[in-house]
Amino acid sequence: MSLFDSLAVALTALRANPLRSILTTLGIIIGVGSVIVMVAVGAGARSEVDRRINALGTNMLVVFPGSTRVGGRAGGAGTSLPLAEGDVQAIRERLPEVVAISGYLQGSAPVVRGSGNWVTGVAGVHEAYTEVRDWPLAAGRPFTAQDVRTGARVALLGSTVAEKLFGRENPLDETIRIRNVPFKVVGVLEPKGQTGFGRDQDDMILLPLSAARGRIVGRNQVVNDQVGQIFVKFEASTDLERAQEEIESILRQRRRIQPGAEDDFAVRNLAEFLKARTAAQTTLSWLLGATSAIALIVGGIGIMNIMLVSVTERTREIGLRMAVGGRRRDILMQFLVEAVTLCMLGGLIGVAIGIALAVGIAHTAEWPILISPDVVILALAAAASTGIFFGFFPARRAALLNPIEALRSE
Amino acid sequence: MNALTELRAAATAGVARRALIEATSVTKTYRMGDSEVHALNGVSLAIRAGEFVAIMGPSGSGKSTMMNLIGALDVPTSGRLEIDGRNIAELTSDELAELRNRSIGFVFQQFNLLPRTTALRQVMLPLLYARPRPPDPEAVARQRLEQVNLAARLDHLPSQLSGGQQQRVAIARALVNNPKILLADEPTGALDTRTSEEIMRLFCELNAAGITVIVVTHEHDIAAYARRRISFRDGRIIEDSGGEKERSAVP
Repeated sequence: MSLFDSLAVALTALRANPLRSILTTLGIIIGVGSVIVMVAVGAGARSEVDRRINALGTNMLVVFPGSTRVGGRAGGAGTSLPLAEGDVQAIRERLPEVVAISGYLQGSAPVVRGSGNWVTGVAGVHEAYTEVRDWPLAAGRPFTAQDVRTGARVALLGSTVAEKLFGRENPLDETIRIRNVPFKVVGVLEPKGQTGFGRDQDDMILLPLSAARGRIVGRNQVVNDQVGQIFVKFEASTDLERAQEEIESILRQRRRIQPGAEDDFAVRNLAEFLKARTAAQTTLSWLLGATSAIALIVGGIGIMNIMLVSVTERTREIGLRMAVGGRRRDILMQFLVEAVTLCMLGGLIGVAIGIALAVGIAHTAEWPILISPDVVILALAAAASTGIFFGFFPARRAALLNPIEALRSE
Repeated sequence: MNALTELRAAATAGVARRALIEATSVTKTYRMGDSEVHALNGVSLAIRAGEFVAIMGPSGSGKSTMMNLIGALDVPTSGRLEIDGRNIAELTSDELAELRNRSIGFVFQQFNLLPRTTALRQVMLPLLYARPRPPDPEAVARQRLEQVNLAARLDHLPSQLSGGQQQRVAIARALVNNPKILLADEPTGALDTRTSEEIMRLFCELNAAGITVIVVTHEHDIAAYARRRISFRDGRIIEDSGGEKERSAVP
């Protein structure tokens, strides 16, 4: 008997008990559905982490000024001694793996251009900032060392700001005023999108640190050469953990922190931080993975159970098939095909439900998802294997029936 | 027409002498717990191509066991049983299946039609198990159904057919592979008298066309259609009306 004939017989048999067939495949439906959701969410989370890490800048550490501690009460971030040009200098000189380094002194200010104005984030940076952040320019030029040294009144616009102030006009060489200080636009940054925390990274303006400091940002200065945060980019081969320790030791030395006392600054690997944050999603996807494995096993046992019932119900039919020339392997194949068909049916429904669920999750929880055809094929293969594995025992039982007894059964 | 076949068979006497079914000291023993049941006790029997045989006997006489052996559904415990030239004791399960498929058509008391399957597909079933598979199973099946006067019922399900019609579908199915032997187990047991006669007349026609028909029954008026009656009791043949001489007597 050909596979096609077996399939036709299987479909006839399954159609005879539609409700039973559907209920039997419920485990498979849940199993396959959760495989789809699991992988979609897992892959989506991974690709999102990658995207955010890339947006952040790779091989990068950020130094934050920390909090002071007075009598066990911690002040807010930045209440301690600010980071200064000297710190930037020291890190650059003592760590040869540093590729680029920049301060980042931020604030916000109203920006005026002609009759339009816009309140946005303004940050004073060194010329290397765009390199540290892997942030290419859409137009114009980056800051030069000279810009920073001389405190040139030039500005790089984030794409959101450029659009708000200039619309479709070309902002290059135009003048904007920030707190009444005129700056010439020399470049526009490529859009970078939202941060991992949902802030629009393109709604900001970069200025040379020396031009911005004191006038635009960091006006209530504690030290006159403060740099805010320090962004450090390393060579790709750098051991970031070791680099982090070195920066910590340099800064402890410079800030004269006694051994045993707490740091009043923090060195962060933001990529690691993001990874940890998305680990929750990964954990959830593993949980779903376990669910789907269990569901497939339970579903498989359900299939086995119903196939055993089917073999018992159709003993006479099996006897007849043997009498008219069906070989044992024909009978085996027929019931295997039936079990696999049942599982594939469940698999297809599961795939549909899984995709619907994943899209639903993406929509309501705003989690990124990624559905690849590989996963659908993998899930269906898992369903088919379940059918073969759990269908074999009932099919074998059918194939080994004695034709005489089978024909005589009621 | 039957006479003509006989004449032709006689002309090639050497071949005709060879029996289609030949049992030599066949025994069949079943084990029931600790005791052994001797269902057949040394049965020797020869049935030649073209015969119409009734196998009779009360239940427990061994007639059903004999039928299962002739149908190649089972093999003897000892002795030799040749069906269509092959000693079934030596065949594997697959070879037995092939022999059943090619040489034997079964008709059962309860028809044994598949539920939810049209008459046409019922009849096609043995062809689907045949190897090599015939090129157009549907055409052959259609033709067989016409032969049993069911051309108008091709797409009917068993539940839409009368008992007699169901049995005729079963007969068409038994004939679809052009078997040498038509083996019927109480074929009229579930039918009324008039339908029974109709079915038995169909068997007579098929036998006249050259098929060897073997009917297992305990009803004498059914057995009366056959030209040879073999009676079993306690695992032995107690009476054989002896096809050979009666055959030559029949016109």
